[in-house]
Amino acid sequence: MNLRIATRDAYGEALVEIGSQNEKIVVLDADLSKSTKTSRFAAVFPERFFDMGIAEQNMMGTAAGLAAAGKIPFASTFAVFATSRVMDQVRNSIAYPKLNVKIAATHAGITVGEDGASHQSVEDLALMRAVPNMAVIVPADAVEARAAVRFAAQYQGPVYLRLGRPKVPVIFDEGYQFSFGRPTVVKDGGEVAVFATGIMVGVALEAAGILKDQGVDCRVLNVSTLKPVDPVALVEGARGCRAVVSAEEHSIIGGLGSLVAEAFGEHRPLPLRRVGIPDVFGQSGAPGELMEYYGLTPEAVARAAREAVEMAARL
Amino acid sequence: MEGNDYSGLKEKANIIRQHVIQMTAEAGSGHPGGSLSVVDILTALYFQVMMVRPEDPRWPDRDRFVLSKGHAAPALYATLAERGYFPVDELKTLRKLGGRLQGHPDMGKVPGVEASTGSLGQGLSMAVGMALAGRLDGRGFRVFALLGDGEIQEGQVWEAAMAASHYGLDNLVAFLDYNGLQIDGPVSSVMAPEPVREKWEAFGWHVVEIDGHDIGQILGAVETSLKQKGCPSMVVAHTTKGKGVSFMENEVDWHGKAPDREQAEKALRELRAL
Repeated sequence: MNLRIATRDAYGEALVEIGSQNEKIVVLDADLSKSTKTSRFAAVFPERFFDMGIAEQNMMGTAAGLAAAGKIPFASTFAVFATSRVMDQVRNSIAYPKLNVKIAATHAGITVGEDGASHQSVEDLALMRAVPNMAVIVPADAVEARAAVRFAAQYQGPVYLRLGRPKVPVIFDEGYQFSFGRPTVVKDGGEVAVFATGIMVGVALEAAGILKDQGVDCRVLNVSTLKPVDPVALVEGARGCRAVVSAEEHSIIGGLGSLVAEAFGEHRPLPLRRVGIPDVFGQSGAPGELMEYYGLTPEAVARAAREAVEMAARL
Repeated sequence: MEGNDYSGLKEKANIIRQHVIQMTAEAGSGHPGGSLSVVDILTALYFQVMMVRPEDPRWPDRDRFVLSKGHAAPALYATLAERGYFPVDELKTLRKLGGRLQGHPDMGKVPGVEASTGSLGQGLSMAVGMALAGRLDGRGFRVFALLGDGEIQEGQVWEAAMAASHYGLDNLVAFLDYNGLQIDGPVSSVMAPEPVREKWEAFGWHVVEIDGHDIGQILGAVETSLKQKGCPSMVVAHTTKGKGVSFMENEVDWHGKAPDREQAEKALRELRAL
């Protein structure tokens, strides 16, 4: 867990890799290529890189047109501008006709940090999950981010890929196989299942360590595909557990917390605690401070797990 | 193929107008006014200008047409059916449950429809993407787009206008269906677009202004536009909303209202007499 790499860096690296293997890959950006790391692709394949300027709506529509003509466009900007700013373009120009556009959004969640609420996305997963035809993928670390980019390039259809700004621990080794549509167990345990996504997978693994010291046996699952997800497979992931927890760097409304509540509510009602941003906008601060402030810490996940187990004991 | 009077194309346009009336009457809803105003442009493009293969609608080298003002779907469907993309008989399924001819065009359903449009302001961006792809692949296809005059109130249109010019897309020709009316009234009083020519010129486009119902002028405008190097072209087509049906012409109420049986009969009689 010593190695720390931002998922956006992994994205930039993977783009060059897939770009060299497939000439159909083209990349668009909206004046943030140095931040989103698409600049790395631009440096190697300048003729296949299109800076669309600060005009995200046109970027999404242009990506749709490129896809309609057979290209595989990756369109990048910050998550907040790749979703709410262009919701109608994503909906009508990309998702409705099921065009092969990959929306690779960086600087997701609150760990954008000091830029504050205007640049932080607490609702992007809720928005993208609600759009028919859209696949939603949230890599947990740099290894999974690279694998997810490779997967998105060969998957036929629109994909929303959520990436982050800060360096985060590398969890998986290079032999890791990306599993689309199914949660995977990253740490086994029998009492309570923590479903985590994105950078909260690493946090949940630390929480499992805390819980172990407190005598609670915790399983950690990585939900890197938020859509499509087989709800039965999701519920099966908690087989044998008495309680479940969701953990995400996103509002508890509409993202992983909702997905877990929906799946368990319909298929196997179990006590649930949702760890996430409690329906508020973010604010300026260092990423670590913000994670602390909004309760996205190993301690907070461990506390939620204990509460869920206690709730199960009372039933 | 055509004499100087373009009688064949005019006849085709008239048939397409009759389809528009019959389709919207049968559907009981739809947008006849703005469909009738674009028929001559569609006819000139699909029956004279564009290299397409209706029997192979996804032929990679085909010219593309994007109907950005998607509510003119009846005109597009009628044109495509007449061009042989699907049976003319299917036109009566417009807006019916389970049919391919959705109220606004769905590229996933209808052969020949190149873009799913309807939410205004988005088609030109898609056309930009197609033109970029064509150039990247070294294919010679041309991309045509058609926008409404009310539609250019959408900010995204100007983002696309900037991009098309920035990337020097001389394989892109757009038409503006300048019929002067939108749902709430005259475009000039709802949100005045003038000066239209100067706006597009300022964005780096080559601009031609024509009578959008004169087949010869439409063909001439396309010809000069395709000769431009290093910039996209905008054909500002002055048109009449409801063109060809006396009681629909320049009447804003016919933007989004279908004719009843009696009105449809009257309209068809007028068109057949032309």
